[in-house]
Amino acid sequence: MKIIVPVKRVVDYNVKVRVKSDGTGVETAGVKMSMNPFDEIAVEEAVRLKEKGVATEIVAVSLGVAACQETIRTALAMGADRGILVETDVDLQPLAVAKLLKAIVAKEDPKLVILGKQAIDDDMNATGQMLAALLGWPQGTFASKVVIEGDALTVTREVDGGLETLAMTLPAIITTDLRLNEPRYASLPNIMKARKKPIETVKPADLGVDPAPRLTVVSVAEPPKRQAGQKVGSVAELVQKLRTEAKVI
Amino acid sequence: MDFELSAEQAQIREEVLRLCARFDETYWLERDRDGAFPEDFYAAMAEGNWLGIAMPEEYGGAGLGVTEAAIMMQAVAESGACMSGASAIHINIFGLNPVVVHGTEEQKRRMLPPLIAGRDKACFGVTEPNAGLNTTEIAVRAEKRGDRYVVNGQKIWTSTAQEATKILLLARTTPKDQVKKKTGGLTLFYTDLDRSRAEVRRIPKMGRHAVDSNMVFFEDMEIPEENRIGAEGEGFRAILHGLNPERVLIAAEAIGIGRAALARAARYARERVVFGRPIGQNQGIQHPLARNWAELEAANLMTFKAAALYDAGKECGAEANAAKYLAAEAGFHSCEQAVMTHGGMGYAKEYHVERYFRESMIPRIAPVSPQLILSYLAERVLDLPKSY
Repeated sequence: MKIIVPVKRVVDYNVKVRVKSDGTGVETAGVKMSMNPFDEIAVEEAVRLKEKGVATEIVAVSLGVAACQETIRTALAMGADRGILVETDVDLQPLAVAKLLKAIVAKEDPKLVILGKQAIDDDMNATGQMLAALLGWPQGTFASKVVIEGDALTVTREVDGGLETLAMTLPAIITTDLRLNEPRYASLPNIMKARKKPIETVKPADLGVDPAPRLTVVSVAEPPKRQAGQKVGSVAELVQKLRTEAKVI
Repeated sequence: MDFELSAEQAQIREEVLRLCARFDETYWLERDRDGAFPEDFYAAMAEGNWLGIAMPEEYGGAGLGVTEAAIMMQAVAESGACMSGASAIHINIFGLNPVVVHGTEEQKRRMLPPLIAGRDKACFGVTEPNAGLNTTEIAVRAEKRGDRYVVNGQKIWTSTAQEATKILLLARTTPKDQVKKKTGGLTLFYTDLDRSRAEVRRIPKMGRHAVDSNMVFFEDMEIPEENRIGAEGEGFRAILHGLNPERVLIAAEAIGIGRAALARAARYARERVVFGRPIGQNQGIQHPLARNWAELEAANLMTFKAAALYDAGKECGAEANAAKYLAAEAGFHSCEQAVMTHGGMGYAKEYHVERYFRESMIPRIAPVSPQLILSYLAERVLDLPKSY
């Protein structure tokens, strides 16, 4: 069974992001970039399925600028077998990514696509669902546990009231939640092996997809600065302030 | 001329930093307090096969250069592990290079894989109380008796000898008054550290409490002949090969400590508000930190130049020595300034920079003093008369 794992290059989670001075987006020049943490979980899950003998091949796909190759290399170092880079300078939105992935799925014929539930840069939480809709495949989103037996896939999801378990048939889409697994560290030999694994580069036009954005970003602004709090001497004072100053009761 | 890390090198740095992030500041603070060897850190590095980064592939290593090893060791130090982390694995990285260069095929097969896999821990017995930088004065005696050597004498500053199962030992096989050349008569061994015949005594010291430094007293410790590395009397020459790489690695580690300290200092300077403004807004605070950055990064260029020369098989003595000198001083200045920037808090263990400060003394002193480096540069580069 082949698994496709899309991996997104995002601003590293440790970086304190800054809004560009013209308000068009977030500053990425000279900023440390890494693989989206939810995608790391997706790669890890795929590698574990391969180690269990459930999967036979893992293809890591990244979409975006040429530097996304490095994100693919990280996935290869973790255990993916080969990579596909869909190279474009266009600012990709979830629908474009889903369409491009659909074209990759048509080409590669996987039984499973595992995606991060969302990317930590735009927090859209849309690509997996859109891809499932475009393909007409079942989806298990926000997975905290995945079990595959033959063509039967069981996905456990953490919902507000507890755990929800979904059963579906492959081929299917999974999106990963934080507690699905803990991604491994790439060992030095695997980093070196990853350098020799193939990465194929294609353009959106090769896949017959127009990736132009359908949404317009109107403005991007810093969140308001937090104001200093106040210390109160008694509960009575607190209640009085909530009533007269904060006007919340 | 290319000052960028290759994609692979950048990935090595990233992955090492990621792995080290598991062993955070509290972990190293604890090891500094209890003096316990960082076993789980060591195991994690071994598990990722990092210990063999510069060792040949046919024995389980990665076959990469000193450049990659320096990138790795710098990342370890920079993560806040400082010398406590770096020294814990330092000898695995390049210590057994004499075995790679001078060992027989049988010896390499026997000695390298267990060290690379982290099953063996080794220490390096060279320095003696009466033979510090002047290695030719070494007095520990290895006397040939039949098919073995019998060792007597004392070594000092043998790091990790508390944990080590093996020792790379430089000992005298021909008495000094019988050698033709001053550097002759010394022989190198890689052998079991037989604790029934070697007493290891820990030296209480200023910093890096997690990685022990020791005096080692040998009393009739036996070494089978097959554990001799290279020919008898060729030991001095055998360890010379590893000196420049070691200087490069120490330099990279010193810069790592300096960067860790500078990052903390800058953060504190941004956040600490006195007289209604962050102290980092004062030039009296920011200029010294900016100077630390400039010093560290300049030393880093020299370090990686030396590494590149070594990896290209070129002479790098001047650059490796200059790098170790510049990096050690820059690292120390950065740690000192980090303590000063923190004010009273800098003196508290909780803020970590006092630990960095103590550890930053090590690259200044070891493996060679700044004075001797300057003498070397004066003599070899500037063609001035030898002063010692």
